[in-house]
Amino acid sequence: MQERSELMQTLFGRLTLEAIPYHEPILVWTFVATAILGMSLLAYITRKRAWGTLWNDWFCSIDHKRIGVMYMVLGIVMLLRGFADAIMMRAQQAFAFGDSMGYLPPHHYDQIFTAHGVIMIFFVAMPFVTGLMNYVVPLQIGARDVAFPFLNNFSFWMTTAGAVLVMMSLFVGEFAQTGWLAYPPLSGIAYSPSVGVDYYIWALQIAGVGTLLSGVNLLVTIVKMRAPGMTLMKMPVFTWTALCTNVLIVAAFPVLTAVLGLLSLDRYVGTNFFTNDFGGNAMMYVNLIWIWGHPEVYILILPLFGVFSEVVSTFSGKRLFGYTSMVYATVVITILSYLVWLHHFFTMGSGASVNSFFGITTMIISIPTGAKMFNWLFTMYRGRIKFDVPMLWTMGFMFTFVIGGMTGVLLAVPPADFVLHNSLFLIAHFHNVIIGGVVFGVFAGINYWFPKVAGFKLDEFWGKVSFWFWLVGFWVAFAPLYVLGLMGVTRRVSHFEDMSLQIWFQIAAVGAVLIGVGILAFLIQIFVSIRRRDSLRDETGDPWNGRTLEWATSSPPPAYNFAFTPRVHDQDAWFDMKRRGHQRPVSGFVDIHMPKNTAAGIVLAGIATVCGFALIWHIWWLAAASFFGLIAATIIHTFNYDRDYHIHADEVSRVEDQRTSQLAALQKA
Amino acid sequence: MSAHAAETTFPPDSFYDTGEHHPQNGTMLGFWLYLMSDCLIFAVLFAMYGVVGANYAAGPGPKDLFDLGLVAVNTSMLLLSSITYGFAMLEMARGRQNAVLGWLAVTGLFGLAFVGLELYEFNHFIHEGAGPQRSAFLSAFFALVGTHGLHVSFGIVWLVVLMVQVRKMGLTEPNRRRLACLSLFWHFLDVVWIGVFTFVYLMGVLR
Repeated sequence: MQERSELMQTLFGRLTLEAIPYHEPILVWTFVATAILGMSLLAYITRKRAWGTLWNDWFCSIDHKRIGVMYMVLGIVMLLRGFADAIMMRAQQAFAFGDSMGYLPPHHYDQIFTAHGVIMIFFVAMPFVTGLMNYVVPLQIGARDVAFPFLNNFSFWMTTAGAVLVMMSLFVGEFAQTGWLAYPPLSGIAYSPSVGVDYYIWALQIAGVGTLLSGVNLLVTIVKMRAPGMTLMKMPVFTWTALCTNVLIVAAFPVLTAVLGLLSLDRYVGTNFFTNDFGGNAMMYVNLIWIWGHPEVYILILPLFGVFSEVVSTFSGKRLFGYTSMVYATVVITILSYLVWLHHFFTMGSGASVNSFFGITTMIISIPTGAKMFNWLFTMYRGRIKFDVPMLWTMGFMFTFVIGGMTGVLLAVPPADFVLHNSLFLIAHFHNVIIGGVVFGVFAGINYWFPKVAGFKLDEFWGKVSFWFWLVGFWVAFAPLYVLGLMGVTRRVSHFEDMSLQIWFQIAAVGAVLIGVGILAFLIQIFVSIRRRDSLRDETGDPWNGRTLEWATSSPPPAYNFAFTPRVHDQDAWFDMKRRGHQRPVSGFVDIHMPKNTAAGIVLAGIATVCGFALIWHIWWLAAASFFGLIAATIIHTFNYDRDYHIHADEVSRVEDQRTSQLAALQKA
Repeated sequence: MSAHAAETTFPPDSFYDTGEHHPQNGTMLGFWLYLMSDCLIFAVLFAMYGVVGANYAAGPGPKDLFDLGLVAVNTSMLLLSSITYGFAMLEMARGRQNAVLGWLAVTGLFGLAFVGLELYEFNHFIHEGAGPQRSAFLSAFFALVGTHGLHVSFGIVWLVVLMVQVRKMGLTEPNRRRLACLSLFWHFLDVVWIGVFTFVYLMGVLR
């Protein structure tokens, strides 16, 4: 390799043509496929002349409903990427036995399992969860928007910026080969000198800003903007779980920010926080990252517990059993989630007393979770259960999650953990709770709230196909990993010698394909539903006979959500209103105060992406320029004092009159 | 104004609030929450310092480096700036724009003096061969004190921007809110510095 000139070095840092992986056929074909898909999407948007709408009404929108939908779209797109990684791993492990080395060299395989974990947690599960909360929480509490609508848009674009950086690493340079938490010293500059870990760091730092701000935003929204009469113990359970999740976000993400900041100082400046020499302490990194990491898994699951609560109660036609205990169970889990982080590294020599403490706290978490499970069961007991798709997902969750929870309790026993640590048993366990809990919950939520978002239901047949393939596929894919884990097979291995293990990996690969069919069926479900939207149309705004306030407004809701703020007398506020024959006001509308759309969020996040890219590739002039650009753009944004407008009463009454006649027509029919 | 607190009683058969709904302003709560999250970042840095703060790697320790006299001057700069910011807020309550601007300027100057002294100290350490790369102790020291200094620097930029905005728009409602946020931020940094001063400098020299 020839020396690069000083000028090139200054201009491009360590970015060279070598960084484009044109010598890797897999990546080249991926690129070609992505490019064709991307270009056809762009062409489609152009042909539909949709750029203006897309930019003005979506990208710059600060309507919590549209931002929520954009989060969901981001989650779906990244799910496809994360699943592609999964199926590549399953294929590699099914083939790579004995003389066959499989088709992925180790350095590529290592990037794939790292990217899979990072993407699935940060750019699939988090956007899905945040998207659901964003869309539903303001509607459930009878608010017009979130507390800081602009920050909401900015948060979304920062999350997207992180996703963009991760995706870029596919075609420019490489991704980390360290596993999803990038433990030092492996992730230090000495053992990972390339750009992979830097992609990891800056993608998470930029997305982390978005997550933290959206946490603050939703917290303030829930605390300050509830409809009159909605005391804390009258909040819908989903809102309660959202509250707890956002408390966890605000209290956990700064730790991730700080610890990644320290790791980047080690890598960029040569400090010695986590190095092997000069007094560094790598264990400190492991502790800190799990002090964030354990609450993170509860950040993901709690809102889905909320979704299941809403779904179970709606589709059993009953008030939720044990509302108060559900709330307290959620709060207890919130607190306990901070007291268990050490169970992720029982084997790292903390000693018997410390291990016992964390083993016991971990086992205690199963008590409030078990209480929830019984509450759902008792809600179903003697209810008139309707087996619509959201309910199927919920029941699939209850079955799957309980088993995942029990293997978790097994792992919480320190002596057992010494045998199972880092084995495929662990992998099977956490996929058992994350797929069985978070993913099933997200699909339950999507099927449940889609009619609210779009004004028509999702197709039932394809929904059921998707559910059954996911459920069966999950068990076929992960039950073999439990078996392998008990035999002592460790995680993150790209080649095996023992041929007797191969059959289990082949079964697991079949399971992954079944899950793939499940994902495909979900995409078909959306496509088919859009095609058949007229026959799936719901004009009532309340297709499931719902119980909470989001069903009190039209589907899709008007920009201002509620022409008049509802007053709340009961936990199931909307059910109470229906039961006692409320009269929807049809006149006397007033002006509604609303925030204005702005491009500031997408611009700031765009500059942040450039800054991250420059830092990753050591292009210092660009990093400095974009950093100061970021500050300047922020300052310019603060000089804009003209941030709101009023929707005129005439306009409100036009929209509401339409709704009145729509409802009247329904009544007649 | 905020007649719609959750506790308000109203007839059980009224389901809609037919007036214009004024949700409470959540900016101060939101900013508090942000500050608490920032506080956690400092907590991590303090913990890091607590764990590796005695790992000198055969390099200089606190006793060899810290000049308590300099730190005392530095600390008083920051504490004074907090008082003067308080004066600015009092003048804001009285609605005296020029006095607000005056006290803000004084606050900014104290802040600059603080950052300047800190940079001088850092520069001095680095020239003595005690840079952040020298040992885990020094890494943690520079990270903690430097992060605080970076916060103060951002505070100064924010302060200047706000001064321009107050001059341009006057003490309007949004500007009062912003001044109150910066006030929280500024005092918060003061509180963190008390921790740094005690935990890093005083206890470092005692150790």
